[in-house]
Amino acid sequence: MITAKQRAEFRTHFRYNVKKRLIIDKIATGIVIGFVALAIIPLGSILLEVTKNGSAALSIEFLTQIPGAIGTGEGGIGPAIQGTMLIIAASSMIGVPIGILSGIFLSEFGDNRYAKTIRFFNDVMAEFPSIVIGIFAFLVIVLVLGHFSLWAGAFALSIIMLPIIARTTEESLKLVPITYREAGYALGLKRWIIITRIVLSSAKSGMITGIMLAVARIGGETAPLIMTILGSSQFFSGFDGPIDALPLRIWRLSLLPYDSAQAQGWGAALILILIVLSVNIGVRYIFLRKSGGAGLFYFRSVKRRQR
Amino acid sequence: MRIPITLKSSTNTDKIFKIGVTIAATYVLAILVLMVYELSIGSFPVWEEEGFSFLTGSDWNAVEERESFGAAPYILGTLVTAALAMAMGVPISIGIAMFLSEIAPKFIREPLSFIVELLAAVPSVIYGLWGLFVFRPYFINWIETPLHNMFGDNVWFLSGAPFGLDIFTASVILAIMIIPTISSVSREIMLAVPNQQREAAYMLGATKLEVFKMAVIPYSKSGLIGASILGLGRAVGETMAVTMLIGNAIGPAAFPYSLFQAGQTMSSIIANEFNEASPAGLHIHALIGIGLILFGVALAINIVAHLLVARVLKAHEGAVQA
Repeated sequence: MITAKQRAEFRTHFRYNVKKRLIIDKIATGIVIGFVALAIIPLGSILLEVTKNGSAALSIEFLTQIPGAIGTGEGGIGPAIQGTMLIIAASSMIGVPIGILSGIFLSEFGDNRYAKTIRFFNDVMAEFPSIVIGIFAFLVIVLVLGHFSLWAGAFALSIIMLPIIARTTEESLKLVPITYREAGYALGLKRWIIITRIVLSSAKSGMITGIMLAVARIGGETAPLIMTILGSSQFFSGFDGPIDALPLRIWRLSLLPYDSAQAQGWGAALILILIVLSVNIGVRYIFLRKSGGAGLFYFRSVKRRQR
Repeated sequence: MRIPITLKSSTNTDKIFKIGVTIAATYVLAILVLMVYELSIGSFPVWEEEGFSFLTGSDWNAVEERESFGAAPYILGTLVTAALAMAMGVPISIGIAMFLSEIAPKFIREPLSFIVELLAAVPSVIYGLWGLFVFRPYFINWIETPLHNMFGDNVWFLSGAPFGLDIFTASVILAIMIIPTISSVSREIMLAVPNQQREAAYMLGATKLEVFKMAVIPYSKSGLIGASILGLGRAVGETMAVTMLIGNAIGPAAFPYSLFQAGQTMSSIIANEFNEASPAGLHIHALIGIGLILFGVALAINIVAHLLVARVLKAHEGAVQA
C-alpha cells in the first residue's frame, strides 16, 4: 500500500521535476531565438549600410561614366554595369540550353543508373568552389586563345549555373502530371513533341524560377572572373579583350586606400545587391504565388543544394 | 500552333532527341573529368620540381632563380578558418533550424525561412565589403581587444595585437556565410522526420526540447551531419570575403598560430596572386597546384555531404506519412 505520506512525497517530486524541465525548455527556446536574431542582424546591417553608403554615391554620371583617375573619386562604374549585363547574357547563352536539356534528360529519361550518376554530380557541382572553376576556364580558354575575354568568364559562370538550372528543370518537369503526357500519346504525338510542346510549356514557370535564381547567383560571383575577364576601365570593345564586372569592381575599389574609392565601392555594391536581391525576391514572390507547385518546390528542395 | 502528327510510335527524331539530351547531360561529367585533367597537367611542373614538399613546405618565393613553393600554410589556413567557422556556425544553424521546424508559430515560419535564404543570396564580395568597413571596427573594439587584454599574455592563440584583418575576423564572417546553408538544409531534414516520432514523445509528457532531443535528433542525425558538411564545403571554397579579411600573409608567416594574426587560405592566395604570376615561371603552376588540392578537398567534402543528406531524405520518401 502507498501511504498518504509517500503519495505527497511523490507529488512534490513530480511537480519539482516538471517545473525544472519546463524552465530548461524555456531557456533553450530563449537561446534559440537569440541565435535567430544573431543570424538576422548581419542581413539587416548589410542592407542598411549598403543603402546608406551606396545611395550617397549614386548619380547619373556614376552609373554611366568610365572610372576616373585613381583616388580622385571622379567617373563611375559604367563599364562594370555593362560588363555584368554582357556576362550574364553570354553565360546564359551557354548555360541555359545545356541546363534545360540536361534537366529534360534527368526527368524524362532519368530512370537508370547513368542518370543517377549525372544527377549526383550536378548536385556536387552546385556547391563547387568557384575559384577552381575560374582556374579551369583560364586553362582551357584564356591560355588557349591567348587573351582574357568575355567568353572565358561566361564559360566559367555557365558551369556554375548549369547544375542549378538542370536540377530545377528536372524537378519542375516531374511536377507535370503523367496524364498530360498520356494525352499526348493518345493523340499519336512523337515523344519529343510531347516533351517540348506539352511538358515544357506546362513547367515553364518553375523553369524560369530556376533560371532567374541561377542568374542572380552568377551575377554576384567574383572569384572566377579574376582570371578570366581580368577587369578593365573601358567599355566593351570586342570579344578579344578584358572587360569589367560589378563584383570585380567592388573588390578592386575596396582595396584602394582612398575614401572616395570606398564610397564608389558602396555605390557599386548597392547596384549589385539591388540586382541580386530583386531577382531573388521578385521571382519567388511572383512564382510562389502563381504556380504554387514548381516555385514552392524550389524553395523546398533545390535551395538546399545550392550554395 | 501546328502540331505534326505521326502514326509511327517510335521514330528517328525521337532517337535523335534522346541522344541529344543525353549528350547535354553528359556535359557536366565531361567538364568534371576535363577539370581533373587540366588541373593535373597545369600543376605538373610544380609537382615535378617540389615533389612531396609542395604539400609540406612553407617557403613561397616567386623570384626567378630562387623559386620555391610550399602550400602547407595555406592548406592549414583553410582547415583552421573552416573549422573555426564550423565551430561557431553549426550550433547556431542547428538552433535556427530547430526554431524554424519545431518552435516557431506558422506565421513566422515562412517569412523567417525566406529571410535566412536571402542571406545565402547576398554575394560574397558584399559580405567582404561589409566585413571590411562595418563589421571590422566593431569586432576589434568589442571582441578582439577585450579578449586580448584578458587572456593575451597567457593563451598562445590570443597573442598578438588585434588588427581586425586576421584569421578570427575571417572565420566569423565565414560562419555568418555558412549559417544560411546549414540551417536551411537542416530545416528540410527536420521537417522530414515523421510526426509520429514527435507525437510519441509528446505523449510521454516530453517538453519541446526533450522531443527535439529524443525524437528529432536521433532520426535526423546523419542528415544534420551532411548539412554541416555542406556548410564545410562552402567554407572551404569561399574566396572573396576571406581574401578581403584574412590579411594575406605569405610564406612561413602564414602558418596559423594565433587568432589575431594575418593568415592565408588556399582560395585567397589564388585570388591574390593569380594575375601577378607569369605563365612562364613556376609561380602560376604552384597556384594551379593549390587549385588542384582545393578541388580534391571540395570534391571529397561535397560527395560525402550529398550521400548523407540523400540517405535521410530518401528514407523519408519511403516512410509512412501522417
